[in-house]
Amino acid sequence: MQVIATRPEALTDVPFTYCPGCLHGVAHRLVAEAIDEHGLINQMMGVAPVGCSVFAYKFFNMDMAEAAHGRAPAVATGMKRARPEMHVFTYQGDGDLAAIGTAEIVHAANRGEHMSVFFVNNAIYGMTGGQMAPTTLPEMKTTTSPYGRNTDDVGFPIRVCELLNTLVAPYYIERVSLLTPADILKAKKAVSKAIKYNKEGRGFTFVELISTCPTNWGLDPIKSRDWAKENMLPFFKPGCLRDKGEGVE
Amino acid sequence: MAKILMKGNEAVAEAAIRSGCRLYFAYPITPQSELIEYMARMMPKVNGVFLQAESEISAINMVYGAAGCGKRVMTSSSSPGISLKMEGISYLAGAQLPCVIINVQRGGPGLGDIQPAQGDYFQATKGGGHGDYRLIVMAPSSVQEFADMASEAFDLADKYRNPVMILADGMLGQMMEPVEFKTPKTDAEIADMWLQHKSWCIQPNEDGDKKHHHEINSLEIDPLMLEIHVNKLYEKYAEIEKNEIKFEEFNISDENEILCVAWGTASRVVKSAINEVKAQGHSVGLIRPINVWPFPYEDVKKAIGPNVKKVYVFELNTGQMLDDVKIAVAGKVPVDFWGKVGGVVFTPAEIKVKLEQALKE
Repeated sequence: MQVIATRPEALTDVPFTYCPGCLHGVAHRLVAEAIDEHGLINQMMGVAPVGCSVFAYKFFNMDMAEAAHGRAPAVATGMKRARPEMHVFTYQGDGDLAAIGTAEIVHAANRGEHMSVFFVNNAIYGMTGGQMAPTTLPEMKTTTSPYGRNTDDVGFPIRVCELLNTLVAPYYIERVSLLTPADILKAKKAVSKAIKYNKEGRGFTFVELISTCPTNWGLDPIKSRDWAKENMLPFFKPGCLRDKGEGVE
Repeated sequence: MAKILMKGNEAVAEAAIRSGCRLYFAYPITPQSELIEYMARMMPKVNGVFLQAESEISAINMVYGAAGCGKRVMTSSSSPGISLKMEGISYLAGAQLPCVIINVQRGGPGLGDIQPAQGDYFQATKGGGHGDYRLIVMAPSSVQEFADMASEAFDLADKYRNPVMILADGMLGQMMEPVEFKTPKTDAEIADMWLQHKSWCIQPNEDGDKKHHHEINSLEIDPLMLEIHVNKLYEKYAEIEKNEIKFEEFNISDENEILCVAWGTASRVVKSAINEVKAQGHSVGLIRPINVWPFPYEDVKKAIGPNVKKVYVFELNTGQMLDDVKIAVAGKVPVDFWGKVGGVVFTPAEIKVKLEQALKE
């Protein structure tokens, strides 16, 4: 019998805790496949965030730390400095990374800290029940913007890739989407590239993955993806902003 | 080894490096700046890590990451910065990570001032961060003791897998005194120390074990599991309370008319005043908690001699350790308090006046 599909070695057999239709499972798998692909499982360590993916420390089959909300890049900095012989990644959502953890991500990127950051952006706080995120779109309704995000009052969504792209040190910054099978294949390449650069010791690598939240958006998984294609991708445009390995600066 | 004249901030940094501290993350703040600056100069010379973080919050989370890797790591700050670290300290305690945190206290609350104070006793010994946890808190009263505490703090942190705080103040940080250092740990000894944490810390999967998986974590979403975890922490704290009581007795005797209790810088001033009233024929004793958590409740009680008519607490705050002393004395004799605040340090003459008044009562 030939095995044609199996669980990546870099994932444990602990069942995911995600809602039906959630794309965290896809994102986890892409990160795990990339770690397998580059043969890093025995030298990799990861940092889980606070938010829906808070249990990521149970799902990745390697040594993991669970960080306080937004602090993953600082925790990863301490880990990498203590274990320079190992490699580190963080896995963070938009509330974690772009609100409470803004200082940590900006300064880790600015130091060119040797880590890969996987940033899942679904424009909402999922775990706490659908509150407004720093990436919530204008007019978008959430439980804390019940009349729609009023940009006169709370400003516009933050484009994290563009923000980090103003810094000199980062080596690789790309935004991809998880909304279609074709997009997922592109995302797989970006995630793999980040892990490859990490393995090669190139410095700070950052991949933003545009995702959905069917539960808190109140849409089914298919409609969620359509909504994200129509509304998120025009604001958060996919593309490679920085790739020093290929001369994109 | 010859004694060296050094500031407390620099002496404790040097002692930490000699104790095998090879990672240090911090953010500048007065009056502990000499500490971070000393680390910036000296860490590269021992192939250690010095990193100036973007905030106190980041610094303590870097400590969390490095401590999770089982290596000796330290941060330092002064009062307002320690407040910022409290989130991370709670996580460190919850995840049972060994590390050393130095607080060179200054006047508060808020921005306060930059002079010596003891206003962070409650914060250090009663929690500070959220949740049920304890720090081992050591309170030096000289530059030598400040330096000696560095290695002891790392040993205790490793032994109990718990954060340890050294609660100094701006006086001890800035003051120069002669200090003698221990022989530095060798690289081999340091590597050995890291091995003691091999069963739980983040490390490369050298054997290629498919089940290699260590979690550095303070989250237990199931209440029954968190209950077990917190009770386990409390068993550890009970063990610490049993083993790590540390105090100094000064001029304690059956003739004592007053028993003073003071810690850190305040205790030095009280000692001078005790010597002065002694010259006038009065007997006053002092008990100085060296570790302020665990607190020496039983020993304070035992130090109350048959002729003691009052226990007198002197602190550079409005009465914080006072609460612990009252618990210890348990109504046996009256407990009085006098303190100075705002970064103003009392003089031996002022304490002497207070003692003379009490002796007349």
